[in-house]
Amino acid sequence: MILKRIEILHRAGICLAFSLAILIAPAGRAQDKPYFVTYSHDLEEQGNLEIETKSALAQPDGGGRFGATAMELEYGTRAWWTTELYLDGQATGSDSTVFTGWRLENRLRPLMRDHAVNPVFYVEYENTSGADKTILEFVGHDGQSDLAASNAQLRREHQHEAELKLILSSNLHDWNISENFITEKDLSHAPWEFGYAVGATHPLRGAASSRECTVCAERFIVGFEGYGGLGDTFSLTMRNTSDYLAPLIGWQLPRGVRFSFSPGFGLTSTSLARVYRVGVAYEFDQVGSKIGDWLHGSHGGGR
Amino acid sequence: MRKQIAILFVMLSLAAAAGALSSSRWKQIPAKDHARANPLAGDSEATAAGAVVYREHCQQCHKANGQGDGHKRPSLSSQRIRGVSDGDIEWFLRQGDLGHGMPSWSSLPQAQRWQLVAFLRSIQ
Repeated sequence: MILKRIEILHRAGICLAFSLAILIAPAGRAQDKPYFVTYSHDLEEQGNLEIETKSALAQPDGGGRFGATAMELEYGTRAWWTTELYLDGQATGSDSTVFTGWRLENRLRPLMRDHAVNPVFYVEYENTSGADKTILEFVGHDGQSDLAASNAQLRREHQHEAELKLILSSNLHDWNISENFITEKDLSHAPWEFGYAVGATHPLRGAASSRECTVCAERFIVGFEGYGGLGDTFSLTMRNTSDYLAPLIGWQLPRGVRFSFSPGFGLTSTSLARVYRVGVAYEFDQVGSKIGDWLHGSHGGGR
Repeated sequence: MRKQIAILFVMLSLAAAAGALSSSRWKQIPAKDHARANPLAGDSEATAAGAVVYREHCQQCHKANGQGDGHKRPSLSSQRIRGVSDGDIEWFLRQGDLGHGMPSWSSLPQAQRWQLVAFLRSIQ
């Protein structure tokens, strides 16, 4: 039992070391909400690159405890267009540590003005194995039984999926309220699957302090998110779907680092009982401009 | 498969077209936003807090004293900015100018946007 725990801790340590390596980079900035599943209409600033790790820790009934991490490279192609590459992996107790695939997503904001409700189109292509346990969304009848088999069995399944989301998001009186409608399709077979995510966040304090601070109320954002499956085209029902409710807390440090944490609680017997999520993000300022300056031989920009 | 690729292409094209349609923001400010006064105007604490917010969110593009780069990142102490109302600046921060690379700062709490306006006035 102790050896098992040490093994899990060792694998978690590798994930943590990677996260710390991100922190040792030059100063930058990050400002997103602490959502893990829900998207708001915040996009990456043009030319900025954010690196974020989102980890999920859980244990399905009849399966081993696992820790899965998605490393996210998010680039602001335009102020209205963000591109992201995800690299996924996981470690399961008494089993193995595996790379589980990659995903490429684009988020596009079609309206150039801020409205009461702001739509964003989300388009993603996934090339992952069945062993992917990052659980960044739940669709169809996804449940804990999908996560319980051994990695060797799960890796035999390959998923080539397209995912579309309609993101609706509002900023109102310092609240952010976001709703996502998700549809996913395996490109080789299987029906369209549907899911949802909703969330709300609010900073602990609106006004900034007149001195730079690290542990002060305006640096913390709290909220919650709820997410789950809505069945598929064969069975458009909420029976045998996973649903979760998860409080959130985000801590925005002055030098561009953001930590977020969320314990998720399963609401149905199909759901995992608990999912603990941890996120670490770091933003590199104006990477696009710096590369452009370098390519054009202007090294003295210092932006 | 072809149908799905076609849907993706149409969505990307629509978003690109929307980006190209953005025009000058200052001409679009509603009268009620133009008339809004900064509730934190003249407050030295708010100006100092605005400087902190500026360093964190704006300096990367507009430089330390708001002079910009003379090209895509405009000066924030230009004649044009000095001539607009506090309400205009707060509206512009909230809306951004996505078509020209300026993000929307509606995600910042409103108090921080007014603190930022107070700081911007102090460097003009």
